Amino acid sequence: MKNHKFDNRRFVIGIMVITVVLIYLIRLIQIQIVDTRYRNSADNNALYYRTVYPTRGVIYDRKGRMIVSNQPSFDVMVVTRNIKNLDTLAFCSTLDITKEFFDSRMADIRNLRKNPGYSSYTEQVFMAQLSFNEISDLRENLYRFNGFSINQRQQRKYNYEAAAHLLGDLGEVSKTEIENDGWYTQGDVIGKQGVEKYYESQLRGEKGIEILLKDAYGRIQGSYYNGEYDQTAVPGRNLNLGLDIELQMLGEKLMQHKIGSIVAIEPKTGEILCMVSAPSFNPSELSGRQRSEHYQELAARHDKPLLNRTIQGTYPPGSTFKTSQALTFLQEGIIDTRTQYPCTGGFVFRGLRVGCHAHSSPLSLNFAIATSCNGYFCWGYYYMIGAYKYGTPQKALTVWKDYMVDMGFGYALGVDLPGEARGMIPNSDYYDRHYNKSWNGLTTISNAIGQGEVTLTPLQIANLGATIANRGYYITPHVVRSVEGVDSLDSAYVTRHYVNVDRENYEIVVKGMRQSVIDGTCRSADNDNYLVCGKTGTAQNRGKDHSVFMGFAPMDDPQIAIVVYVENGGFGATYGVPIGALMMEQYITGGLSEESKEKVELYSNRVIDYGEEER
Amino acid sequence: MERRNANICGRIDWLTVLLVVTIMVCGWFSICGASADLENPDLFSFATRPGKQMVWILCSFAVGAMVMFMSQNFLNSYAYIIYGLLLLLLLVTIFVAGDTKGSHSWLNLGPVKLQPAEFAKFATALALAKFVDRFDFNPASFKDVLKACAIFLVPMLLIICQNETGSALVYVAFLLVMYREGMTGSVLLVGFCAILFFILEIKFSPVNFGSQPFQLGTWLVLTIIQLIESWMIWIMSRNRSLSLTVLGLGTGGMLIGLALSLSVIPFKVTWLQTALIIVTSVFIIFRSFKDIARRYILVALFGIGSVCYLFSVDYAFNEILQPHQRTRINVILGLEDDPKGAGYNVNQSLIAIGSGGLTGKGFMKGTQTKLKFVPEQDTDFIFCTVGEEQGFKGSVFVLLLYLSLLLRLIVLAERQSSVFGRVYGYSVACILFFHLFINIGMVLGITPVIGIPLPFFSYGGSSLWGFTILLSVFLRIDCERTTNY
Repeated sequence: MKNHKFDNRRFVIGIMVITVVLIYLIRLIQIQIVDTRYRNSADNNALYYRTVYPTRGVIYDRKGRMIVSNQPSFDVMVVTRNIKNLDTLAFCSTLDITKEFFDSRMADIRNLRKNPGYSSYTEQVFMAQLSFNEISDLRENLYRFNGFSINQRQQRKYNYEAAAHLLGDLGEVSKTEIENDGWYTQGDVIGKQGVEKYYESQLRGEKGIEILLKDAYGRIQGSYYNGEYDQTAVPGRNLNLGLDIELQMLGEKLMQHKIGSIVAIEPKTGEILCMVSAPSFNPSELSGRQRSEHYQELAARHDKPLLNRTIQGTYPPGSTFKTSQALTFLQEGIIDTRTQYPCTGGFVFRGLRVGCHAHSSPLSLNFAIATSCNGYFCWGYYYMIGAYKYGTPQKALTVWKDYMVDMGFGYALGVDLPGEARGMIPNSDYYDRHYNKSWNGLTTISNAIGQGEVTLTPLQIANLGATIANRGYYITPHVVRSVEGVDSLDSAYVTRHYVNVDRENYEIVVKGMRQSVIDGTCRSADNDNYLVCGKTGTAQNRGKDHSVFMGFAPMDDPQIAIVVYVENGGFGATYGVPIGALMMEQYITGGLSEESKEKVELYSNRVIDYGEEER
Repeated sequence: MERRNANICGRIDWLTVLLVVTIMVCGWFSICGASADLENPDLFSFATRPGKQMVWILCSFAVGAMVMFMSQNFLNSYAYIIYGLLLLLLLVTIFVAGDTKGSHSWLNLGPVKLQPAEFAKFATALALAKFVDRFDFNPASFKDVLKACAIFLVPMLLIICQNETGSALVYVAFLLVMYREGMTGSVLLVGFCAILFFILEIKFSPVNFGSQPFQLGTWLVLTIIQLIESWMIWIMSRNRSLSLTVLGLGTGGMLIGLALSLSVIPFKVTWLQTALIIVTSVFIIFRSFKDIARRYILVALFGIGSVCYLFSVDYAFNEILQPHQRTRINVILGLEDDPKGAGYNVNQSLIAIGSGGLTGKGFMKGTQTKLKFVPEQDTDFIFCTVGEEQGFKGSVFVLLLYLSLLLRLIVLAERQSSVFGRVYGYSVACILFFHLFINIGMVLGITPVIGIPLPFFSYGGSSLWGFTILLSVFLRIDCERTTNY
């Protein structure tokens, strides 16, 4: 039964096993005994790995001005195993810390739950991000404190006291961040907000490793194998922003003592020219060791300065929204340029009344945009939702909603900043749930004038302005125009998104917005040097109305599209229009006239009283 | 019942058990060295890895004892059913398992995680043993061999689907079992040579030898080709003079060339070698016509084919592959540094082992492994800890333990009265051998980095139990052998 023909093959297999083991034995002799390259002379020598931190990428504005750079900062490091006969009090006095702080800090370092990467053999961060002055005392006395060392690192330096929200800040990595990305170890810094967070992986660079030889007493003996196994640190990539820092500073100045936003976009490229969220703060406050202290202070304030209102605040767009309605009605054939609707002090129909200010009646689209007539757009909306061709109000509203989403509302636009809100465009389901399916154009009439359920972020309103300026397309707004060493941006930031509305309809709306500057609500935005188009908004809310302005200039070759949103500022013409006009002048002409400079002082010193209410 | 158990106790091969337990104990101490916290070495707490591994080891004794209560009849008759069930489990795992570092191979059973792939090995071995045991199985029949191969190719495929390519590669070891059972050796030889030549050619860059660069890789490959040629002739003809002629033509010529190149006039020895191999092949073809031995032509084909393969490898690697593909291969072979990737690991592992020296740094004193510079230090790279803490002596001891175990298993497999027992025994030996070959090879920077554990040594319950079942089933089968040595 047993086949003995292949019995000799047992020897082949046996010899294979023996050969492999022999080869491995020879290899062991080679690396453990013959080759000193892997071996250190003394018995207990250890290799000591020092992390070499890369320089973080620098940030430039659109005119090549360096707005964020680096400055040296110092970390006090400790190898707990090497602490010997420490004079704790003397040590504390050199760093100007208390004994209690020292004890709690050492306990934290040794706590594996708080510091998962702890090893008594490796350097741990005792105190991070000290300035040169804070460290100088310890530096002189370092020889007295075994186990402690100073590691030079870098900290952000802000060359302009502006754009804190957009730039974001750096902070020490949290435990979750370490767990999510093995790149970080305790004590490392990571972008927490804004561009610093969104472009973290570009900015941070690659850490290097320096391998050093250490003797039995923990003293560094020199580099290991002449640094052959070292890895050099790779500096982070620099960023060029679309931001104009001067424009940003002007915006922040104008928005002093107010709450609100300014967003300006270059329509052709979608680059964000300025992004002001007021109240603001000095970015340097959130840099370095005082970060957490300042952060607590800012977070506790009732006017929420940490909030980036341009992308995180959602507001009723008010009458600026009427432009989008005009486009929708024109495209759907609900109105044309000759259509006239009556407005006698507002939209009055079946017991419903939406007020309007005094102007001639009936009126057509061009004049309706210029005077920001509520009645005209309510009629248009009412006819659209009730239009026979859609069948039901539900279907009509779905068509309407699709136009709104197409224009970039209702969903986050995808700007390259963290935490963007999506705003709200109600759909049929929403009203079905709230009105038990019995609703019509009248029930939802406030949508027509950008009130009611509709909310947008200031960025979305600015993007609407940019789309109109482009006569029908937008490029997703973005802060970073190029990353050094990277050929192209994300395709979303270079491709044109065409809205499903014809160019000629956009031209009609552009004319209306021009008319509004010539003899409508935006008269004070007029400028002799270029043609401005604009649309005001006076958004109702529980308190005083919000003052809104959306515009772009020059009319035929738009360089800037802007939105100004001043909370509780009253009429659009009160704050929105003049601030918007100053910003456009600054950007287009590169400076301000004497008259305008006076206006800047005037508006920047105006205070809106918001009370102590939580916002 | 008692009698029978006593009987079994007497028949268990206690030498194997002793070897395995010794390996487990060494492994446990190494895990202590690799993962224990230096400040408070609480080795027996279940929260620490050594504590857990202790529990796994004790459980594995129980598992082994349980296997001893099965009968060979049971194993034989249920082989296909066990195999089918495990295939099903592997299949289900692909869809059920969560994502663990990209692989879908871990089943979450409450507090314990199991890796079914570890248990599929013994089931596959059983099924293969049963299939080859069929009276009509003919190792010379291509169809039969193909069917047998399918038995281990199916689980291999399923494990690849789980994204555990490393574990799947282990099933290649069954080819060696098939070889023992009579599958033609040329499959092994050609496959082995193809891989070996590729690695040697790429891995060994030119070194300075004498006054001019010397193609070490090419030289090694060509020398091996020459040796294999003469060895093949010897196997085929048992004609000593012919075999020696071939050897002399090849290796002798090469040695003379080497001497000439060193002392008289420098030239490329590899070109001479290539020429010699072609001359040898032509000579063999001539002899094959003269002696009317067509088989010789195979040898000539092997020689010429190998040379062509060698040069096409060179060409393909340098001309056809894109730079980044080249880099990948280089990193896998440990030739280029990849800061966070395989090359880095191997470098760190070599530094760790090398720093152990002759006697090592002592138990729990290894700094290199403990400071977390070596990745996977208590699983795949566990041998580093042995090398660093126990030095050359400890490493040799562990290697010799494995060598003894493997040779003992081969002896046991050969003394089986049934083909079933022998095939199963060889399966065990070959799987363990493959693990040893890859695992220690990668730690020593010889084989590519493939993440498979060192049997009975690495941390981990699944692999430990998998190997325990694999081995104890064989010991159980061995108890019922009829012939004694």
